[in-house]
Amino acid sequence: MEEQLTKKQIRFWSTSYFVILFFLIAGFVLATSQISYSWRWSVVPTYFFSQETIEVKSEIEGEVLSIEPAGKNTRIVIKGDDGNRESYEAPTEEILAAEGDLIFAGDTLATYQEWRPGLLLLGLMMTIKVSIYAIIIGILLGIIGGIGRISANPAARWFAYTYVELIRGTPLLVQIFIWYYIGSTLVNQLFSQYGGFEIPALWYGVIALAIFTGAYVTEIVRSGLQSINVGQTEAARSLGMTHFQSLRYIIMPQAMRRILPPLAGQFISLIKDSSLLGIIAIRELTKATREAVTTSFASFELFFTCAALYLVLTFTLSLFVQYLERRMGTS
Amino acid sequence: MIDVQNVHKIFYAPHEIKALTDVTVKIDAGEVVVVIGPSGSGKSTFLRCLNHLETADQGRIFIEGVDILDHNTNIDEIRAEVGMVFQSFNLFPHKTVKENVSLAQRVVRKRATQEAQQRTETLLTKVGIEEKANVYPAQLSGGQQQRVAIARALAMDPKIMLFDEPTSALDPEMIGEVLDVMKTLAREGMTMVVVTHEMGFAREVADRVIFMDAGRIVEIGTPEHFFTDPSHDRTKIFLSQIL
Repeated sequence: MEEQLTKKQIRFWSTSYFVILFFLIAGFVLATSQISYSWRWSVVPTYFFSQETIEVKSEIEGEVLSIEPAGKNTRIVIKGDDGNRESYEAPTEEILAAEGDLIFAGDTLATYQEWRPGLLLLGLMMTIKVSIYAIIIGILLGIIGGIGRISANPAARWFAYTYVELIRGTPLLVQIFIWYYIGSTLVNQLFSQYGGFEIPALWYGVIALAIFTGAYVTEIVRSGLQSINVGQTEAARSLGMTHFQSLRYIIMPQAMRRILPPLAGQFISLIKDSSLLGIIAIRELTKATREAVTTSFASFELFFTCAALYLVLTFTLSLFVQYLERRMGTS
Repeated sequence: MIDVQNVHKIFYAPHEIKALTDVTVKIDAGEVVVVIGPSGSGKSTFLRCLNHLETADQGRIFIEGVDILDHNTNIDEIRAEVGMVFQSFNLFPHKTVKENVSLAQRVVRKRATQEAQQRTETLLTKVGIEEKANVYPAQLSGGQQQRVAIARALAMDPKIMLFDEPTSALDPEMIGEVLDVMKTLAREGMTMVVVTHEMGFAREVADRVIFMDAGRIVEIGTPEHFFTDPSHDRTKIFLSQIL
């Protein structure tokens, strides 16, 4: 029996929610003022985009031969003492050199302003990149694993089971260390014996996350497949479809709809778990935030921003999945 | 057409049941055979053994001379020739009526889209449901769903049709429309094995009636023989209970 509230009670409690929320935030702000924390929200945007002054410098010694426009840029040609000519191009913002000037190597010929992506933006992009790769590989692993879990083939079944138990039974942090320290040592040393190219740390992070997620997706896929009535398989097989065809055309599409909500939850976890990758020198959002904090000391603002960015990512994903569910539900 | 020799089948879960014991029967092309018997008598298991949805433990089953229990037999090829209609329809809920009927034509029979579409339209007209072609199964009545299921099986141009209690899940007023489709098929000379409780259908359409009890074939005979002058006491008791 569900609890019944009168209209008056409902009004009281809805108001309470906002009042309590207000006092929590006010209390926090008050507390920070007590420790005389100086809020500097103005530094936060510079960690998304910052303007940098670029100096165009001469590499040789000589005389400025000509300064002429070249499209949006200006071309500065310098005739070296030994007769060589060097030309430099810079946006026509501030040209410091003039025709006929004597130039030494290292002199600034022109300067211009350029927008550069800031630490937080770079970190955000890295988090998105790592998450997308890991989600794609995780889905593939999960589908293979899920089909393996319910396969008639004992080897497939046991491999899938071992995979799931091994991965779900150990902490993600430890797995990341294992992939990075043990995996990369092995792989890079083996490769270096035959030509010496190294796999970047990014990929160990992606693999760790993908394999971790794949184990959970395996179980989600398995339960989704098992939730489809056995009559569906029988109908498909009795029409002459192979095992693979009945999975592909009949079982998987139906299972996908049921799998979608738990899958979304898993991928939201993955985005959040990607914050652990900072420990293996992948500069994702959390690590980027920590770096930004060490240079600006605006720790409160930056960590709040960092949290808000994760929220934007996860909320977007869950909206997207809701949209998919609606679309699949009507068809 | 169908040759079943000394087939045995035991289920071990949830407890041991001898589902089929020494079942032997031959069914000719164009014959309509109705299998009747009390529930748990092995009728459905017998039917499901014929297209290898269940694997017989012992004995041999030949479909058009091909031993379907032989490991070298490609069972998918046999199943394409043996249509099956289920008690619970088992239509594909994520596909429209049209797609239900055309999917296996394209995937299994490798028919071109247009050819499959034409065949689908013909069959939907045949079972009287052409106006529902673009509807999803959930929007159909039980009788309509079962007719689509029959069309889906016929789309493979099977040589044999198996019916596993096709009207048992239907509301009484819808049984007739499904039986009518089956009668049409029988008239056209389709080889049919039908597990059913519809005695009227058995009497009217069957060439032979198989009576099963406790996993054995008790009696095989013409409908006249079966309904008017059965040889076995078990058959008499069963008939007295249902008629």
